[in-house]
Amino acid sequence: MAHFDENAKPFSNKWLDERIGLNTLMRVLNTEYWIPKNINFLWAMGMVLAATFGILLVSGIFLLMYYKPDANLAFDSINYTIMSEVGYGWLWRHIHGVGASIVFLIIYIHMFTGIYYGSYKRGRELIWLSGMGLFVAFSAEAFSGYMLPWGQMSYWAGMVITELFAGGSLEAVGLVEWIRGDYVPGDAYLTRFFMLHVLLIPLVIIGLIVLHFGTLRLPHVNNQEGEEIDYEEAAKLYKEGNVKESKVIPFSPVFLSKDLFVMGVYFILFFYLVFYHFDFAMDPVNFDPADGLKTPAHIYPEWYFLWSYEILRPFSKDIGLIAFAFAQVVFFLLPFMDRSPNVAPAHKRGLFQIWFWVLLVDMIILTAMGKLPPTDPTFAFVGLVSAVLFLLMWPILIIITKFEKKIEKGA
Amino acid sequence: MQENEKGRRDFMGMALGACAAVGGVGALYAAKRSWDPLPSVAAAGFTEIDVSGAQPNVLNVEKWRGKPIFVLKKTEDMEKDERDVIVGKDRFLIAIGLCTHLGCIPAYKDGEHKFKCACHGGEFDASGHQIFGPPPSPLVIPPFKVNGTKLVLGEEGPEYKKMKDAGLIA
Ligand code: HEM
Ligand code: FES
Repeated sequence: MAHFDENAKPFSNKWLDERIGLNTLMRVLNTEYWIPKNINFLWAMGMVLAATFGILLVSGIFLLMYYKPDANLAFDSINYTIMSEVGYGWLWRHIHGVGASIVFLIIYIHMFTGIYYGSYKRGRELIWLSGMGLFVAFSAEAFSGYMLPWGQMSYWAGMVITELFAGGSLEAVGLVEWIRGDYVPGDAYLTRFFMLHVLLIPLVIIGLIVLHFGTLRLPHVNNQEGEEIDYEEAAKLYKEGNVKESKVIPFSPVFLSKDLFVMGVYFILFFYLVFYHFDFAMDPVNFDPADGLKTPAHIYPEWYFLWSYEILRPFSKDIGLIAFAFAQVVFFLLPFMDRSPNVAPAHKRGLFQIWFWVLLVDMIILTAMGKLPPTDPTFAFVGLVSAVLFLLMWPILIIITKFEKKIEKGA
Repeated sequence: MQENEKGRRDFMGMALGACAAVGGVGALYAAKRSWDPLPSVAAAGFTEIDVSGAQPNVLNVEKWRGKPIFVLKKTEDMEKDERDVIVGKDRFLIAIGLCTHLGCIPAYKDGEHKFKCACHGGEFDASGHQIFGPPPSPLVIPPFKVNGTKLVLGEEGPEYKKMKDAGLIA
């Protein structure tokens, strides 16, 4: 049997170490989890995301105490009870709404950081894939949450998005009705999306965050030069006291303090929005109760879905659906489409740098066009061109990275 | 001895695995059925509407199975169509008022005799045929039965069956 010291005080460091391997745990996850020095504030976005998820969870728990998942009661339980009766109910709602919107801004920054520095490449594929899993799970979480106030946008967004599952000419009406539990979104629909939003998807997200962190531990995070660091040597230097010469620092407490600084700045901005500009996250149309006999003049999704929505819109129904489905999954394939062996920032990778900025700008244009009504022919044309460009970017990526020159390391 | 033990362990694993597989399939089926529309939802299927008071070129929107139903009495000079539903001497467009693209409700522009969908710009004429934009097919005609000046929605009358056989309902 393992040895347990009779004299160790209960809950002392030694006592805990003998029982749950506290010191090993601290070493593996904190004091000897080495983080390169050569990274910038963009590497704090992961922890900013984790913290924002925490805030969404806490504010959501408070909303859950008064929300009523019932097609007749839901709208008032939020817009009347929570907003005007519950003490500080408005605060939880505004935190939750702003958090749900801002989390996507940070997710996109985090993703594009990964793309810019090639952090999805050899050794880090699983980080990327679990990250994309998180992106999909967050999208589902945001959509299901958007149903809950049961306003006009909830209802009609629900109608349009579930209709996608009919698969265009496949006319899988039965599947759509099965998902809704009704011919149209109704009570059964609301309560099942409530279940997804407050239990099933959050569980999946927590699992995926654990997996995402797990996939980071062995490859370690990338760095600004894409340098392959000899962690054993760097750690040895650090532990010997040659802190200056070593290329790494321990995650905790050294690196974490940098993360906390970025988080501090972020939360100042975040709460500024919560208190003074929460309205950007609250669509005015959703302050009308759901009405199945009246479509709002212009239906559009929240800003973070606009780029993919705009890929659906300009084409005929079937082609639009195929393009849309492609856009949803194509980022998963990035580690396998990028054929270049270089793990390096985009500005050292020639054509890839142009590709990166074109993709980013194209997605911003798609986002802007997605918000505009479909009636203006010039904007509809810009939308069509950007959508076609988005689709072409992927074969182009394969070609340009295939011919990308190998960068000699150490040069 | 060892061989024997291995055989017994494998057997335990396989027995449990087989039972779990059967249970798993059963649970999946139960899960699928739990998501099905409830019988009460599926049964609330018939609606009767009276069209005797309808005004020409004025769109009435009725409700059937939670969906909007367009009832448009055509004027004399509006084009005849095989999809017209004839009640008495009058010709009607009867259709589910959901755009066949992704299900928004198109708005009727009585000046142009057109339906315009605000979601992605689709358009339909007064007979429900798609004439512009992404909608791939005409507005869907719901099952109906003509009963004097009334229409029963949800029931397939002879006129509906004829249209269905001719492939006109959607
Ligand atoms: C939404 C919840 C997410 C959380 C909580 C999260 C958390 C983290 C954390 C803490 C890190 C390490 C620090 C850093 O490099 O920022 C990280 C790294 C990374 N994440 Fe995420 N992440 C999330 C979503 C995503 C998404 C959507 C992607 C893209 C598909 C992604 C891809 C990556 C990659 C490639 C790295 C490695 C960066 C590097 O090696 O430099 N993550 N993530
Ligand atoms: S839903 Fe009518 S055009 Fe798309």
